[in-house]
Amino acid sequence: MEKLNKDIIKIISEDCRYSTSKIAVMLGENEETISTAIEQMENDGIIVKYAAIIDEEKISTGSVQALIEVKVAPQKNKGFDSIADEIYELPEVKTLYLMSGGFDLAVFVEGKTLRDVARFVSERLSTLDSVLSTATHFILKKYKIEGAVTKSEDSSKRLAVHP
Amino acid sequence: MKNFISDTAKEIKPSGIRKFFDVVSEIPGAISLGVGEPDFITPWGIRDAAIKSIQKGNTQYTSNRGITPLRENISKYLNDHFNLSYDKDEILITVGASEGIDVTLRAICNLGDEILVPEPSYVSYAPCIQLAGGVPVPVCCTVENGFRLTPEMIELAVTKKSKAIILPYPNNPTGAIMEKEYLDKIKPIIEKYDLLVISDEIYAELTYGSKHVSIASYEGFRDRCVLISGFSKAFAMTGWRIGYVAAPPELSQAMLKIHQYVIMCAPTASQYAANYALSDGFNDNFAVIDDMRTEYDRRRRFMVSALNEAGLSCYEPKGSFYVFPSVKSTGLTGDEFANQLLKEEKLAVVPGSAFGDCGLYHIRCSYAYSMNNLTEAVKRIGRFVKKIK
Repeated sequence: MEKLNKDIIKIISEDCRYSTSKIAVMLGENEETISTAIEQMENDGIIVKYAAIIDEEKISTGSVQALIEVKVAPQKNKGFDSIADEIYELPEVKTLYLMSGGFDLAVFVEGKTLRDVARFVSERLSTLDSVLSTATHFILKKYKIEGAVTKSEDSSKRLAVHP
Repeated sequence: MKNFISDTAKEIKPSGIRKFFDVVSEIPGAISLGVGEPDFITPWGIRDAAIKSIQKGNTQYTSNRGITPLRENISKYLNDHFNLSYDKDEILITVGASEGIDVTLRAICNLGDEILVPEPSYVSYAPCIQLAGGVPVPVCCTVENGFRLTPEMIELAVTKKSKAIILPYPNNPTGAIMEKEYLDKIKPIIEKYDLLVISDEIYAELTYGSKHVSIASYEGFRDRCVLISGFSKAFAMTGWRIGYVAAPPELSQAMLKIHQYVIMCAPTASQYAANYALSDGFNDNFAVIDDMRTEYDRRRRFMVSALNEAGLSCYEPKGSFYVFPSVKSTGLTGDEFANQLLKEEKLAVVPGSAFGDCGLYHIRCSYAYSMNNLTEAVKRIGRFVKKIK
């Protein structure tokens, strides 16, 4: 079962649009087994969401993204979880990780303008009680997202036809 | 002025694949299933090993046979994986398996010797036989036998002049393999006619469902067998041109003699890279190959199912990375099908006739492409078949 889940995850992580029947063919299983396994993984929260990877640069939304390093004071008995709960509830926050190393939380935010993000940091994030300090880094360019290179590569280096 | 070109050079046919390639490159936006090499890039560690060898100044000739650690590693690898016992001095490092084929044929052919060539198969056997002074005798394998060789076929093709038989399994272009039970069947007939077996096992690591069995592992067959293989397919190293031939001492000596005059030695950096591929592989049980095989296997199942759905009857290949569907149901030959498909859907596949006359009603599709590419390609095939049927 675990192996099947792993195999399915590998395929849908690459492209989640494959139908269950296609996945079944690729793995040599029957369709029923695949759809049950996927459903189970959805219910178990293993599969969180299906989404497309977008290169925003090409659609000029004009939005701004930033990575904010946040140092916080962990709370008694709750560690970092309760402050994290507070932060991820903010709609500007796209991604939130607890980190080892020089800071505690990595907060990825998106705003319409630079000013939006600045306001978010100064008015909403820094003002939280447990937040000790923040360092904001604006994202300038994305070269690779989730394993996908954004630049359209030159066509294959291979010849078109070969023995 | 005289015509300076030799009769043999005039006689050998230009590669059917090459001919097609020239057309494909002129069509903008064409996508292709025509490539016979992995879409993976050589793993980084292997590339790095080559760079380091150059930095260290390993830029001279090596011994004619090839560097000793590489031959020792090949010997161990063949033993571990295919139960073969070849001493390092029975292994010759060649410029790709292609040179292995050439040097073998030159070492064994007298003028007029007949070499049996199962077809469909790789395009260079017949020309190399002709260049060596031999006569290629095609043995037609059909889908009814799963493109395998049977004792009856060999019996029909053998004459007094027969000297050797090429065993091109796992097969390019059909994807057929010869499992042990089928090798068992042809073994007696090979012994009966005292044939040498030239076993081209370049795709040995790419079999699905069952492990490759080498005929050289059979009792008594080591001495009548030349094993040709290389690093191109299993390690995604086509551009490095690095292969090898394992053969009993006397034969290997004869090949070495030719190799040392014609080639001197295989490219030095490539030898170091290949050596790393094996040393590193022993450490993690060749995980790199496992990963590639798993990925190919998925694409293979996808292609077989999608092509059958599209209305082309497609035999399920058990090895290599090709499918070889029949286009007979469309009323077209493979050549016509491939040409029209390219013109109307901008998709290149290789006509089966490039691999021998018995591939006339087939096309070869490589699945050494990303799933995106394959999905788009079968969509185009489906649309095309619907239109012409």
